[in-house]
Amino acid sequence: MSGFDLSGLTASFGGKRVIGPLSLSVKQGEQVALVGKSGAGKSTLIRLIHERVNRESSLVPQDLGLVNALPVFHNVFMGQLDKHSTWYNILTLIRPRSGDRDNVRELMKALGMAEKLWLPTASLSGGQRQRVAIARALYRNAPVLLADEPISALDGPMAHQVMGLLKERFQTSVIALHDIEIALEYCNRIVGVQDGQIVLDESSERLSATDITSLY
Amino acid sequence: MLSSQTVRISLVFVAVALVSLLFADIAITASNPWRDLGNFFLGVVTPNFFSSEGLMTALLRTVAFAFVGVALGSVCGFILSLVYRFLPVRIFCAFVRAIHELFWALIFLQFFGFHPLTGVLAIAIPYSGIFAKVYSEILDETDPEPGRLLPPGTGVIAAFLYTRIPDCWVQLRTYTAYRLECGLRSSAILGFVGLPTLGFYLESSFSQGLYSDAGAMLILFYVLIATMPLWVRPKLLPVYILGAPFFLGEGLPIVWGNVERFFTEDIVPSPLRDGEGLSGMIPWLSDLMVNEAMPGIWNTVILTQIALVVTGILTLLAFPLISNHFGGPVRRTTGHVFLVIVRSTPEYILAYILLQLWGPSMLPAVVALALHNGGIIGHLIGRQTNSIHLRPDAPTGFNRYSWELVPRVYRSFLAFLFYRWEIIMRETAILGILGIYTLGFFVDSAIQNIRFDRAMVLILITALLNIGVDALGRYIRRRLALQTMPTC
Repeated sequence: MSGFDLSGLTASFGGKRVIGPLSLSVKQGEQVALVGKSGAGKSTLIRLIHERVNRESSLVPQDLGLVNALPVFHNVFMGQLDKHSTWYNILTLIRPRSGDRDNVRELMKALGMAEKLWLPTASLSGGQRQRVAIARALYRNAPVLLADEPISALDGPMAHQVMGLLKERFQTSVIALHDIEIALEYCNRIVGVQDGQIVLDESSERLSATDITSLY
Repeated sequence: MLSSQTVRISLVFVAVALVSLLFADIAITASNPWRDLGNFFLGVVTPNFFSSEGLMTALLRTVAFAFVGVALGSVCGFILSLVYRFLPVRIFCAFVRAIHELFWALIFLQFFGFHPLTGVLAIAIPYSGIFAKVYSEILDETDPEPGRLLPPGTGVIAAFLYTRIPDCWVQLRTYTAYRLECGLRSSAILGFVGLPTLGFYLESSFSQGLYSDAGAMLILFYVLIATMPLWVRPKLLPVYILGAPFFLGEGLPIVWGNVERFFTEDIVPSPLRDGEGLSGMIPWLSDLMVNEAMPGIWNTVILTQIALVVTGILTLLAFPLISNHFGGPVRRTTGHVFLVIVRSTPEYILAYILLQLWGPSMLPAVVALALHNGGIIGHLIGRQTNSIHLRPDAPTGFNRYSWELVPRVYRSFLAFLFYRWEIIMRETAILGILGIYTLGFFVDSAIQNIRFDRAMVLILITALLNIGVDALGRYIRRRLALQTMPTC
């Protein structure tokens, strides 16, 4: 399976319902942009989807979830800890194998920061940290990408480069975005969220930027 | 002012201390205390480093026992910290750390004798309990998010090593290094029960009136602790830890028959041993309670309460010594040296010295406890005031102290004081070995009289008393919403 069909998604916070109940079905090959005002429930929706499809998804959460004391390499390598034995993982923590190093370096090169491979993530800038979290999701290589504002700290050209990479590597994805132009350019389906409900669900070819602006 | 909760609780404690003072035995009984004190200080300023080879050996042994004990304690403590969420583990750890190193040493001496294992275990066991608690607190504070993001199916060990340990590695290392300093102090005082460390050397120098030798020992001990950042290096640690066991000395061999007898006969309550059965237990226990436990508890509590308040007063007097908000660099340097000296000297050694000079009463114990603990808290609070930025036109001198600084640091001052309450009580109990009538005195006498059954009951009571005070201290800190970092 690499698409999903979820129904009865709800979330409450302090007794107040913030999401749903709603249903969302994503087929293989659909690249979904979640758009809507901040506070509309996009992050909560991503989290709910992740809880349901954990095993099949690569997640880029808004707060990134990096281990600050570890270098870039290890933060990225963490995406495949399940693929190796415990011994292999412990040895990698101490001294990574050259094959793994090359793979991760290749990935970081595509994200424009190959030279930072051995720096602890605590010493990186916001945009660099965001790219490390994206690299971890790419390295995990799950069938579905779930990303919450993955390019919020990246400048123009880098944002396009990263979105291009995500589009190329993940056939199926759900990405929360606040940049409408980017959403239209890199996703083939737009889902608009307002007050915890889906109020817009359309293929991006049939939408223009002004159709979406009404959500804001 | 009285409406403030922190002020009210402080006044309650001051009142309790004043009442305790009525019952306390505070006196200077030596015939010429000031001359003795003068001689002692003369000894410190004319140290004799070359009187015998004994000094260097004692120093080496002190370091070796500290390293082996703390290393073993930290490994065991780390393993325990992984299962610390289970109540039986918590209770076990609270119990082993409530018993002072010297009590553990006294217990092990009875069956291992003067074997190095006695000293190593006396440090390692209580330290395991402390490490387990603090390590688990540190581990609990790591960011759980990276762990949640790992691919499902990641092994528990790999997840732990990748997402938990790196996040708190610095805190674990800092705390362990800090404990090593505590371990050096613990190791030094083990000499007072006969192990070959600095305490033994100090006691023999004092008993012969060789104040210059004692002064040399104290100075070397301060240098050892003050230079720790220079010689305790991550790269050298494996060398120290692997090498230390070879410098513990030979000691005397373990007689395994003694070990067996200790557990099967010595610590069995005498009525049971003599076949009087349970009916004999009641008079035995009540005699123990009335004649030893109750007076011991009473004196321990009184002395603790007085020492706690004097520690507080001393802290408030001492912290301006190193605060940037007053005076010049000369005063601050002197202040730092003074605070380093009083906090590096184990309270047991301070109490021992003062007791030799002033004669037996509670006074030397109060002064020793207050100096040592006041030095530690004063240092921490003084450093804290250095991060406070006052408005440019803030008052100076005593007004600055009383209006600007004390109100700002008072809560953390109380937090540290209540944190150390249990530590002060543990030390108070142990100072009994020096001849003050706290619980340690009765434990020590029971051991001298080869009544280990009684000694064990008294140690158990001491541990329970410490656990009780620890719980009360934590309750008060929680009620007043006071937070603190662990200190030893």
